Amino acid sequence: MAQNTTALSKKPRRRLSQRQIEELVAYLFISPWVIGFLIFTVGAMLFSLGLSFFDTDLLSRTRFVGPGNYIALFQDPLFIKSLWVTSYYSLAVVPLGTIIALLIALMLNQKIVFQGTFRVIYYLPALVTGAAVAVLWTWVLNPDIGLLNGALMRLGIPRASLPRWFLSETWAVPSIILMSLWGTGANMLLYLAGLQSIPTQLYDAAKIDGANSFRLFWHVTLPMLSPTIFFNVVLNIIASYQVFTQAYLLTNGGPNNATLTMVMYLFRKAFQQFYFGYASAIAWILFAIILAFTLLVIRSSDAWVYYEGSRR
Amino acid sequence: MSQLASQQQVVKKASTYRISYILSQVALYTALILGAFIFILPLLWMLSSSVKPGYQVYAVPPEWIPDYFVWDGYIQPWSQFPMGTFYKNTIILVVLNTLGTLLSSSIVAFAFARMRFRGRDLLFVVVLSTLMLPPQVTLIPTYWFFARLGWVNTLTPLWVTAFFGAPFNIFLLRQYFMTIPLEMDEAARMDGCSWFDIYWRIMIPLSAPALGVVAVFSVTHWWNEFMGPLIYLNSQENFPLSLGLALLNSRNFNNVQATFAMTSIALIPMVVIFFIAQKLYIQGLVISGVKG
Repeated sequence: MAQNTTALSKKPRRRLSQRQIEELVAYLFISPWVIGFLIFTVGAMLFSLGLSFFDTDLLSRTRFVGPGNYIALFQDPLFIKSLWVTSYYSLAVVPLGTIIALLIALMLNQKIVFQGTFRVIYYLPALVTGAAVAVLWTWVLNPDIGLLNGALMRLGIPRASLPRWFLSETWAVPSIILMSLWGTGANMLLYLAGLQSIPTQLYDAAKIDGANSFRLFWHVTLPMLSPTIFFNVVLNIIASYQVFTQAYLLTNGGPNNATLTMVMYLFRKAFQQFYFGYASAIAWILFAIILAFTLLVIRSSDAWVYYEGSRR
Repeated sequence: MSQLASQQQVVKKASTYRISYILSQVALYTALILGAFIFILPLLWMLSSSVKPGYQVYAVPPEWIPDYFVWDGYIQPWSQFPMGTFYKNTIILVVLNTLGTLLSSSIVAFAFARMRFRGRDLLFVVVLSTLMLPPQVTLIPTYWFFARLGWVNTLTPLWVTAFFGAPFNIFLLRQYFMTIPLEMDEAARMDGCSWFDIYWRIMIPLSAPALGVVAVFSVTHWWNEFMGPLIYLNSQENFPLSLGLALLNSRNFNNVQATFAMTSIALIPMVVIFFIAQKLYIQGLVISGVKG
């Protein structure tokens, strides 16, 4: 009897409702992400933010400097230079990459023969990334025996006025830009997929109304594609500010720091000179810039991104 | 008479239309072929230079057809560098990272897509917002953390984080899971399936295309990944192929053919994967970008 009552009183407390079970299981399922997020994102961010107020090599030297690193950064000519270099690269590569990818996608979206073959050819360079692309382009851009200067000579440009590419301060960043543009095939595929998802009725309707091909592009294609372009531009800005591998392998930041990108400088400060506090401050400024740009593009999107079915 | 004139006008109009059509087609194909030529040229140059005799590699302007074939570049690096080890390390990174992200991202995405729990929508916004965080911000603490564990100069720090789910893959898989009818789950629940059964026996088999996309992205990323290995690894026997190629290029300046040859064969798996999974690539872009 006594046993019975305890069993009865325990039962309602022990049994979980279906909803509660579902909730517990769900938390269990997302736990890998939650744990990773707490350690490798939240924890690491707090640590990194803290570090940026210290002068430390993470071994013997640890000194609190307050905002000292940030103040020093904006008086550091190399850091200012890295800001310029990265912004120059980003401002060139994002619009140019978008336009080139869009043009190719538009051409491939016509009724053409060998469409698949063309698509593969334009996409192939995008498969060559990381070290392979840098290795290849150290030779393509080699001022003396490189493919590009060879081609320019064929076009009749005299040897003396050929660009020295990554050996010259002026042409070093354009070298990296060229190399990146060569791999714009991923953007192209994305735009092509976007173009192919535009309903053909829209074009038919516009044609009946007498629209020429320019107006079709301006009033149908571009608005319908704008969400894809928007999404892609945001991703490209974020990625372009993190440019590292190309600069590291092609020029190692040179000549005379002409290709010292922000991440390149961060790498140098942290892993070659062991100023981890200073490097963390660079990382936070990089983050602030990326955040600012992303928010700017998102804010401006109302003006130029068209969402079908959205009420204004 | 007037009828005839208008008829002539129509014919004339049609023929100018035809001419302008032909002209635009010619322009289109010229641009396409020229562009394709520019895009493919560096790759062809690399292939041809990998088998050219030395004097031709350095010829200006470039010579395309080798006078005779030199296969040395494809053979000599294997004895000069631990090429086999580079490949082994790359394959370890590719397999563990891909496996890790497939398992962890899919189960997290499943919970976000199919299960109800408090804070779900807010947490998902958090997942998405971490996409904007440049990895450089967390790089130094992560490095310090793994150094404390004694994992510097091992491959471990380069794959262990894959098992905690990647925001982009969680997002992509969630988008896909949302397209599968909910009745599937409900029917399975009626039959007494556990949540794990629904995830493992129903959703995973139905989501092969999306999982394929994640796998393909992960494989191509880790085949090429450079910065992580550069930071964590310092001895040659731990180098993946990306560091190996850079090493080859910097040490082997007199033997460009070898650099070109090794780079060419390093690309083969990527090209093969692309040809097999072309549809997946495009599908992945559509899931993530066009509908995102």
